[in-house]
Amino acid sequence: MYKDYPVTVQYASRNLWSGFLFGLGLIAFFDEAVFHQLLHWHHFYDKSTTSIGLVSDGFFHAFSWFATIGGLFLVADLRRRNAWYIKRWWGGVLTGAGLFQLYDGTIQHKLWRLHQIRYHVDILPYDLVWNITACLILLAGLIMVVRTRPKVKEEK
Amino acid sequence: MDHRLYWIPQLLLLLPFAVAGFAYLFGIIHTTRRQRPWPVFRTCFWFAGSVFAIISVAGPIAILAHDSFFFHMLGHLLLGMLAPLLMVLGAPVTLLLRALSVANAKRVSRFLRSRPFSLLSDPSFAGILNIGGLWVLYTTGLYQAMHHSIFLHVFIHLHVFIAGYVFTAAMVYIDPTPHRAGYRYRASILLLALAGHAILAKYLYAHPPAQVHVADAEAGSMLMYYGGDLIDAFLIFLVCLQWYKAARPSVLHTSHHASRGVKKQPTSS
Repeated sequence: MYKDYPVTVQYASRNLWSGFLFGLGLIAFFDEAVFHQLLHWHHFYDKSTTSIGLVSDGFFHAFSWFATIGGLFLVADLRRRNAWYIKRWWGGVLTGAGLFQLYDGTIQHKLWRLHQIRYHVDILPYDLVWNITACLILLAGLIMVVRTRPKVKEEK
Repeated sequence: MDHRLYWIPQLLLLLPFAVAGFAYLFGIIHTTRRQRPWPVFRTCFWFAGSVFAIISVAGPIAILAHDSFFFHMLGHLLLGMLAPLLMVLGAPVTLLLRALSVANAKRVSRFLRSRPFSLLSDPSFAGILNIGGLWVLYTTGLYQAMHHSIFLHVFIHLHVFIAGYVFTAAMVYIDPTPHRAGYRYRASILLLALAGHAILAKYLYAHPPAQVHVADAEAGSMLMYYGGDLIDAFLIFLVCLQWYKAARPSVLHTSHHASRGVKKQPTSS
């Protein structure tokens, strides 16, 4: 469709998807490394976990692992085509990261009770910081995505 | 199973890998004699995989696995995931085709193109064989029954390896694969399989198989979850790498605007 446009425009959506996938994988990896392994705040399994929460966790875990690796291969592909539009890619990263953070903090933690952010503390401030941060990251990402969208002029 | 009888399943499970190892060596000798040397890295992959398979079915890990879920799971990771991955990279079918005479190689490749074989290389079938088998093993009484029957023990361990091999070979194409599935399809099935593996690991954390102690089940299921991730990362990497090579652009862009008006120049001589 954008055949006569610069390659960064031709590959605008691949830039966005590559960033989105990598961002989603990155935040999931951060969650696993920092909150599970380093701080030991999150629990591997919480007795109040619902079955659907367990299924959701399994799928997101698998998806984020795949997305991290696949997202970076997409970057490599964009680079060899000289089509890596870094600003748009970062917009994708923040959107993916913010969206997963928000999904994790609301649906997975609260609705399906997968596990809480931390145990034996007043959880409200933790939930607020978690979800507000998620919204800010998501908002920043969306703004960058909108501002870097390809401007297609009508063919003369 | 009486612990004095532990050597029987160990020997029965060790034999096929030992025989396969000798066959592989025999194949290398044959193909080298015909002036077609076999790559050293393929040989290394095959024997590294064989060693991991053998230490998971015979020796200390196999003996400890009779009483410990954690060591059972360690053996399962090596036998069902790591050994198959390495052995697929050893390209045994390619070696076989090279070592055989032309007439026999044609017979083998006709078999590879046959309908039953196409089922084996279908990602969905391989995924169900692999992950479905695990769910049946750990969520029914099968895991417990395995400890009392030599036949079941040998059958289940062979199944774990074969299912792991078939699954890996259905994901990454190292050997000739006449029935090829697209990248999206393979990636989707791999994703489902990874999720099925992760869900089962957390399920086992909360619902240990009969006669497995809670602490043992927790350690074993966490090993399954994180150990599985580690090996799967290599499998995902290989699937992505094959996509990356296949999706190579035919015309390389040299600048941001180079795609504009670039036409393939006819090569003049």
